[in-house]
Amino acid sequence: MRPLTDEETKTMFEKLSKYIGDNIKLLVDRPDGSYCFRLHNDRVYYMSEKILKLATHISRDKLVSVGTCFGKFTKTIKFRLHITALDFLAPYAKFKVWVKSGAEQSFLYGNHVLKAGLGRITENTMQYQGVVVYSMTDVPLGFGVAAKSTLECRQVDPMSIVVFHQADVGEFIRNEDTLT
Amino acid sequence: MGRKLDPTNTVKRGPGRKSRKQKGAETELAKFITDEEAAVPKRLSSRGFTDENSQWLKPAKRKREGDEPESDDSDEHWEEEEEEEEQTKQTKKGAKDQGKKSAKLGIKEVEEEEDDDDDEMVDDYGAVDDSSGEEAAAAEEDSDGEELLPIERAAKKEKKKKETMAQESDDDDDDDDEEEDEDGGDKEKKSDADSDEEDTVQANMDEMDAFRLPDAEECEKESIIPLDLKTIYQRIKDNVDVLCNFSTKREVGKERSEYISLLKKDLCTYYSYNNFLIEKLMDLFPLSELVDFLEANEIQRPVTIRTNTLKTRRRDLAQALINRGVNLDPLGKWSKVGLVIYDSSVPVGATPEYLSGQYMLQGASSFLPVMALSPQEGELVLDMSSAPGGKTTYIAQLMRNTGMIVANDANADRLKSVVGNVHRLGVTNTVICNYDGRQFPKVMSGFDRVLLDAPCSGTGVIAKDPAVKTSKDEADIQRSAHLQKELILSAIDSVNAESSSGGYLVYCTCSIMVEENEWVVDYALKKRNVKLVPIGLDFGKEGFTRFKERRFHPTLRLTRRFYPHSHNMDGFFVAKFKKFSNVVPTATAGKDITDAPEATAVTGSPEEKPSKSDKKKKTVPGKAGDLKGKPQANGTAAKKTANIKKKGKRDSPAGPKKAKIAKMDGETVQEAEAKKPAVKTADDTKASKAEKKEGSRFEKKQGKNRKATTKANGRMGKNKFRKLKNMLRKKGGE
Repeated sequence: MRPLTDEETKTMFEKLSKYIGDNIKLLVDRPDGSYCFRLHNDRVYYMSEKILKLATHISRDKLVSVGTCFGKFTKTIKFRLHITALDFLAPYAKFKVWVKSGAEQSFLYGNHVLKAGLGRITENTMQYQGVVVYSMTDVPLGFGVAAKSTLECRQVDPMSIVVFHQADVGEFIRNEDTLT
Repeated sequence: MGRKLDPTNTVKRGPGRKSRKQKGAETELAKFITDEEAAVPKRLSSRGFTDENSQWLKPAKRKREGDEPESDDSDEHWEEEEEEEEQTKQTKKGAKDQGKKSAKLGIKEVEEEEDDDDDEMVDDYGAVDDSSGEEAAAAEEDSDGEELLPIERAAKKEKKKKETMAQESDDDDDDDDEEEDEDGGDKEKKSDADSDEEDTVQANMDEMDAFRLPDAEECEKESIIPLDLKTIYQRIKDNVDVLCNFSTKREVGKERSEYISLLKKDLCTYYSYNNFLIEKLMDLFPLSELVDFLEANEIQRPVTIRTNTLKTRRRDLAQALINRGVNLDPLGKWSKVGLVIYDSSVPVGATPEYLSGQYMLQGASSFLPVMALSPQEGELVLDMSSAPGGKTTYIAQLMRNTGMIVANDANADRLKSVVGNVHRLGVTNTVICNYDGRQFPKVMSGFDRVLLDAPCSGTGVIAKDPAVKTSKDEADIQRSAHLQKELILSAIDSVNAESSSGGYLVYCTCSIMVEENEWVVDYALKKRNVKLVPIGLDFGKEGFTRFKERRFHPTLRLTRRFYPHSHNMDGFFVAKFKKFSNVVPTATAGKDITDAPEATAVTGSPEEKPSKSDKKKKTVPGKAGDLKGKPQANGTAAKKTANIKKKGKRDSPAGPKKAKIAKMDGETVQEAEAKKPAVKTADDTKASKAEKKEGSRFEKKQGKNRKATTKANGRMGKNKFRKLKNMLRKKGGE
C-alpha cells in the first residue's frame, strides 16, 4: 500500500470532480477525522487514517481491501471509477438524474437511460457532464455521463439516449469478481 | 324434521348446507332409534368440533360394493367416523370388501372401534397398498391413530375435506340418494352383526399391537425387494414407539439392540444418511426428537434478511419490499433488524433495495453470534472466518461504521464475496485480508473482540446441503475438530484481555456435533486463561456438560445450542468467552495452580494456600478477580506437566486417565512446594515481561517467554517424566 503520486492524484481528482465538483475537499477533511487515499494493486482505496495505521501490519500479498475501493488505474494510467464509490459520490453530487420506475430495471442491467425513462434532471446540466443516477425514491442507482444537456433533453425524441451508463449497483451481482 | 317423508319420492338435493341437513325422515328417525339402542357415548371433542353439526359436515355415507375410486373411500372413512360405530362398521365392511383379506377387514373394524377416538382418517391408500403383512398394516393404522395429536388430526381432516370437495359436489347428489335408501334397511341388520364384531375386536387388538421385528427371511426378502418408503416410515414410527415404552411393548425374547439396529437401518434408508451420522445423531437426541430433527432437515428453513441500519430502517425497508410484492414479517422479538420472507414475486436477491445495500440475505442463526458478541462503537474487532461477510457487516452496522474491523478468511475466492458485501452495504471501517487464522496472532493482536465462526462439518445445515448426509465420517469430524481447536487458541491469543470495553471472544459453528462444539470449548478453557460467560440470548438449548464418556467444565451450561426442529433455524452452537489474562498458561504456571484443588485431595497439605496466592500475584496484570475458570484451566495445565511436549493433536485425557494423572500430580506437588521459590521468580519475570508487552498493542506470541521460564526451572527436557520420577526418588531418598 502506498500513497498516490502527484500525477495519480491529479488524474483521480479530475475524474472525481466531474461528478462532485470541488466537494472533493469534503472527502478528505471530514468532521470525524481525516481520510486519505492509498494505492494497492492498482486500486485506489479511501480510508480513515486510523484504519490506515492498523492496515500497515498486514503484508502486501495478504491484503485484499481496505476501507472503500474508489476505482482502479488502468494499464494506461487512466482512472476508472467503480460503483463502490457511489456512497461517497451520491451525497456530494452536483448533477443528478432521476429515472422512472419502469426504466430502473433496464439501467440496473447496464443499459443507457433513454428519454422515455427519464424522470427528472437537474437544471443546467451540460452535455457530457458526469451525473449520478437515482431512482424515483431517491435511492442512488449508479452514475453516468449526460448525453444531452438539459435543454436538449426536453426537445429530443423518446428513444434517444440521455445518459450514458458508466456504473450501476447491479454490478455487485454481475461483476462481483472484478470488484477485487 | 326434513321436508321429505316419503322414501320413494327421491328429490334431487341442492348443493347447499341446508339440503344436506334435510336428509329426510328416515334418516332422522334412524338417528333416534339407534340412539336408544347404542350404548356408545357421543364423542364430540375428539372429532375436532363440538356442536351438533356432525351430520351436515359429512356427506351421507353410501354403501360400497365393488370397486370405487379410492378417494371416495377415504372421504367416506373420514366422514363416517363421525357417525355411530355400527353404521361406520357396516360401510367399512363394504368398502374393505374390495380385494381385501377378511382378516384385514376384521382388523379395520377393530381399529375403527378403538381408534374412533384417535384416528378419524384411516388411510385407505396405506391399507390397500400394504403388502408387508397384516400386522404391519394393522400396527400402522394402530400407531397412526395413537401418534397424531388432536391438532394434527384436525389439520389432516381439513386437507382431506379440501381434496374431496370437488368430488363431493358431484358425487353427493347421487350418492346421498342411494345412501338414504340403504341406511334405513342396513341399520337394523348392523346391530346384530355388531355384537359379534365386538368380540373379535379384543382378540384382534392384541395381535395388532405388537410391532414385530422382521425375522431372517423377511430381512432377506427386503434386501432383494426393498420395501416402499411408506412402510419403512411406519416401521420407524412403530419402532420408536416400542423403544419409548420398551418394557410394555417389547417382543419377548428380542433385545433392545435389535430394535435399535433395525431403526438405524430404516432411518438410513428413509432419510438417506450414512451409518456414521445416524449413530452420532442417535447419541445426541432422544428417539422422539431424532425423527423430528431428521424431518426438519428435509425442508428448508425460511428465508430471512437483515436490514442494514446504516442505510435504512426496518420499517421503511419492509414497506418498500411489500410494494415490490414480497410477503414478509418481522423475524421475532429477539431481533430488531430481521425479517422473514414467506414468498415473493420478485427475486429477493436482486431487488434494487438489495443492490443498493439496504438489506442482506442472511440465515437467522447467523444473527446470534454477532448479537452475542455485541461490539461497541470504537472498538477493534476481528472476524476470523468472515466469508461471505454477513456477520462482518452486521458487526459494522452495530458499531455504526466506527472503530475498525479486520475481516479475515483463509479462502481467497470467498473473500471476493466479503469485499462485495462490505462495499455494497456501505461499510467503511473494514480491512479485509487473507490469512490462515492460525497465524493471525503473529500478524496482529490486541483486539477488543473476536468472532470465530469456525469451519465445521456442517451437520446443522443439512437442509441447505444434503450432501453432508452421506459424505461425513469420523475422519472429517476429527479433522474439523482439530482445526477448530487450533483456530480457537489463535483467536484467544488475539484478544486483548486488558481491553477497557471488551476482552470477549465468541466461538460459533453451524454444527451440532459435540466433538466440534463442547469439546473445543472445553479444550480452550483448559488451555488458556478464559472463562465462559452468558451469551445474552434467552432462548436455545443449553450446551452439554457431559456427553457419553466425556465430562466437560460445568460452565458449558452457558453455551447455547440451536436446532432446526425446535427453533426453526439452522443448527448452531454459540459460546462466549471472556479472557481475563493475557498470560498464556504454561506448564509451570499451570502446576502451581492445579496444586490448589487437586493436591488438597491427595496430600491435604495447608501449604496449598500460599501457592494459590502466588497465582494471584502472578495474574495481577490480568483480571485477578475470577479464579473459577483458573483451577480448571490450570488443572489441565498441570496435567500437561506429566505429558509434556506432546504437541498439538492430543487433548488432555479425560476420564480414568485423568484420575491417574491427578495422582501423579499430587506427587509432583510436593516437589513444586520445594521448587516454589524458583518458580516464583520465573513467574515474576514472566509477569513483568507480560506487562511490558501489554504496553504495546501489537504483541508477538510469547513463545520465547515460555521456553525461558521452563528452562529456568530446569525441568524441561525430552523425557521430562522420567526426570521427574528420578527427582522424586531422590527426594524420597533425602
